[in-house]
Amino acid sequence: MHGRPRKTLKPEDEAASAAKAEKLQALQSQFLSNHHDRNYSKEALDLNAKLLEINPESYTAWNYRKLAVQHKLTHTDSDHDSAKSVLDEELRVVEIALRQNFKSYGAWYHRKWVLSKGHSSIDHELRLLDQLQKADSRNFHAWGYRRFVAALMNRSEEDELNYTTDMINNNFSNYSAWHNRSILLSSLLERKVQGFFSKQKALNDEYELVHQAIFTDPDDQSGWFYYIWLLDQTMKIDAPQLISSWPAHGSDVILSRDRCHGDIALSQVHSFRTESGTFPLILYFSQAVEGVSSATVAVESSFCANNDLIWKPLSTNNSSTAKVWVTQVKFPNNRLQTSETYPVEISIGHSKGIISSSGFKFSYHTQIAFKVCVQSFEKETDTERNEEKIFWKDDNFHNYETKSQEHSAVASFDRLTISGNHEPTNSEWRTETIASEIALFRELLSEITCKIGKLTLARLLRAHDALLSQSNNKMVHFEEVLTLYADLTKLDPFHSWYYKDEYSLVLLEQVISNWESLLRHCCHYRDLTLSPHGSSVCLRLNNLSLSRIGSIDKLLWVQMLDLSHNELRSIEGLEALQILSCLNLSYNKLGSFTALGPLRLLKSLKVLDVSYNEIGSHSVDTTRYLCPSPLSHTEENGGNSHEIVAGVDNVTKNWDAFLILKGLDLKQLDISGNAIADEQFRSFLVRSLPTLKWLDGELLH
Amino acid sequence: MAELAADKHVKYIVSVEKKKGSFGSVVIEHMRVNGAYWGLTTLDLLGKLHVVDVDEIVSWLISCQHESGGFGGNVGHDPHVMYTLSAVQVLALFDKLDVLDIEKVSDYVAGLQNEDGSFSGDEWGEVDTRFSYIAICCLSLLHRLNKINVEKAVKYIVSCKNLDGGFGSTPGGESHAGQIFCCVGALAITGSLHHIDKDLLGWWLCERQVKSGGLNGRPEKLPDVCYSWWVLSSLIMIDRVHWINKEKLVQYILDCQDVENGGISDRPDDAVDVYHTYFGVAGLSHLEYPGVKAIDPAYALPVDVVNRIFLGR
Repeated sequence: MHGRPRKTLKPEDEAASAAKAEKLQALQSQFLSNHHDRNYSKEALDLNAKLLEINPESYTAWNYRKLAVQHKLTHTDSDHDSAKSVLDEELRVVEIALRQNFKSYGAWYHRKWVLSKGHSSIDHELRLLDQLQKADSRNFHAWGYRRFVAALMNRSEEDELNYTTDMINNNFSNYSAWHNRSILLSSLLERKVQGFFSKQKALNDEYELVHQAIFTDPDDQSGWFYYIWLLDQTMKIDAPQLISSWPAHGSDVILSRDRCHGDIALSQVHSFRTESGTFPLILYFSQAVEGVSSATVAVESSFCANNDLIWKPLSTNNSSTAKVWVTQVKFPNNRLQTSETYPVEISIGHSKGIISSSGFKFSYHTQIAFKVCVQSFEKETDTERNEEKIFWKDDNFHNYETKSQEHSAVASFDRLTISGNHEPTNSEWRTETIASEIALFRELLSEITCKIGKLTLARLLRAHDALLSQSNNKMVHFEEVLTLYADLTKLDPFHSWYYKDEYSLVLLEQVISNWESLLRHCCHYRDLTLSPHGSSVCLRLNNLSLSRIGSIDKLLWVQMLDLSHNELRSIEGLEALQILSCLNLSYNKLGSFTALGPLRLLKSLKVLDVSYNEIGSHSVDTTRYLCPSPLSHTEENGGNSHEIVAGVDNVTKNWDAFLILKGLDLKQLDISGNAIADEQFRSFLVRSLPTLKWLDGELLH
Repeated sequence: MAELAADKHVKYIVSVEKKKGSFGSVVIEHMRVNGAYWGLTTLDLLGKLHVVDVDEIVSWLISCQHESGGFGGNVGHDPHVMYTLSAVQVLALFDKLDVLDIEKVSDYVAGLQNEDGSFSGDEWGEVDTRFSYIAICCLSLLHRLNKINVEKAVKYIVSCKNLDGGFGSTPGGESHAGQIFCCVGALAITGSLHHIDKDLLGWWLCERQVKSGGLNGRPEKLPDVCYSWWVLSSLIMIDRVHWINKEKLVQYILDCQDVENGGISDRPDDAVDVYHTYFGVAGLSHLEYPGVKAIDPAYALPVDVVNRIFLGR
């Protein structure tokens, strides 16, 4: 029941309602009995029509009519005219039902079903639709039926596009028409129909149309959503691109298999230590792709055969497409010549097998060249060191700039991003369009206060900076953008967290956009000799009020990351940090273990601090379906894990914790300060994670 | 601030069941199985499922089942996937799925998949992404997703994606919060949420919140309590629910209660019904309202029921 006022019926109304109910009940029972007896007589059909006139939602009644039609078409003369008259009667019944209830699924489908028989005249349909769509221009059943009729009568998409223009000009606040327009225009552009050869021209025309709508009533959402879509169409580069990698192009990476003491190597960004004797190659694409393999990516080096490499998508839900792909390469075997460096070259784009989820091929030939050298040391006998605990206290960190003289590491930040492979064809038009739109909305906002206007301006400025940053790595407008988001938080407090998330992304992007500012956040952990878990360079993004993280493509080199004292609810995207070994997420707003889902893909992670979050405080788990689990058929049943961890009870109760942590090789975990972290839970962790040495600061064994 | 009149709502739901013969109840008789699902799930969320006679309901449900394995909306009505899911959900609430011939029911549902991956609602062939969700949810609850081509089913849903990141009923159909719930739910259950642009869709969904605090289903439409479910569930599944103002929405739902006679309506002071009572209470569950059990955003069943089915006891 929608829109019916709440009131107690007067006795006479109640009597009338009861009488109506009785009549309907009688019709319904008589109809059902006809249905079960397969009685398709004229009387039975008339009774059915009466029922549908009162209650068009009675789906079985429509089914019955279809059976009756089939019965009649097979048992009477099969000529066109008699078939037509049978079907015309159906159209009449539907029309009466639609006038009673314009939103009846059953009535609309019955009409489609009748039309599909091919005996009825279609001309009447558009006239009927015009009437109905005038009465309710947002009815999505009518719009859907319109698409069906247009297809049936081969009406051109240009004609339908013109129909949406009329509807929009009639009333700008017709989201349904804008929506239909986006579908038609996409198809016309894709098929390059005459008059739609040039995407630029078509989009310019659309900007003009939507400006009229927006400037007529800036507070109406309908045009704005279309505008945001146009902006996306303007900025979008269809083909996927490679945007970053680890190791980065031009870098020198020092690999070490053992723990090394007193060696300066670990103070550098580009040093990587692992016990496994392999190091990852990470490719970061602009959009999710499939088809990355040794056939589409060629890795040339003197120590590893390309065909042996197995590329895997980094996907948090086991999908075969991902933005980030990784493979593991064995260290060069260099027991004798410790100082030798080995060049490695990755070529991609020579073969066309890499395809985005929307079907576009990766086609920019890109090369990444870097060098590795292996430093080998005597095996460390002092096991105490292995159990060294990481303390995230401020006094354990020293500013990178003051401590380091290494210009080589610094310089390499500049090469973190792969540039120069962007599509040049539209760039001038793109820059001009964005610039003129910015000017237009600045003008609009100087006259009125408009929420979506401000948000759109922020997006335009970000688009502008994104276009420019391809050449100069600067974010010219970031302060203006941040101010806009801060304004929006005040103007529209309902959505304050949306603006805060956007704010965080821009802030982080700015911090990471150039090495001067990035260096301010880089620290050494203690003195150089004391990092037991790889590089001692720590990126400290703590205390920035971040509610969200982004720009992960520029952080692939990070091995130690401090994100503590922010307002993070999610660590989406963090799975790309394949060489991360120490992570501090304490004092954030993470609400569940499934929110830590991306960590499952971080096989190098040894130290994790999630203390003082909100794990266990919420009954709603917002990442329940973003993480592989039995619920989404992406992980075997949690019940089976009983067998894996014999004697560990509470696996079912703590299935999410078990799911996230079981595959990791954590040495140190901090979980205190979360609602879930009671003694029982701690003992569950101790029993399920045999490799764990430190739990909440206590040495376990 | 008003509070949830839980006891009144329980009474209302039980009374609706007994009050037959009004026009309002006759006109929806063909979908009584849906009604049973809404009412009983509400009772369970409020911790009152025990007030009903389980055996009576189960035997009535079974009498709605057809030879094909599918369920009609009431005794004597034709089978349809919509009522088949509701029947399965009600049996799941009662932990009585074992009364079903699982193979038969799942064969009926799986048989509705079309060549392009879409699903028909019944033998008459109406296609809609609602039916994709219903079929996928139903088969998953029965542990029989392997009976359909999941990859094609996902592909079809993705082909219904729109400019705003939302989904329509068929390719080209306009986004609508109810339809979005179905598509997001189906993608969630099949582990395919990576097909969604979470920021784009999340923003469109959070913009459904209007000044009164309530949510609408499409731009420039009136708010309605039922969207508390469709929008909130979708936002939860894509981890963007913090983008709306929860306090205001709680207030809106509570304002739609009939505090005297129980039940919740679409908008304040409108007539109540079981459908909106369910969506209001389920919405409050998503908003972590005290005293309401947690509900799963994809399967639309209490979390303890879903966990029992997928994670074991």
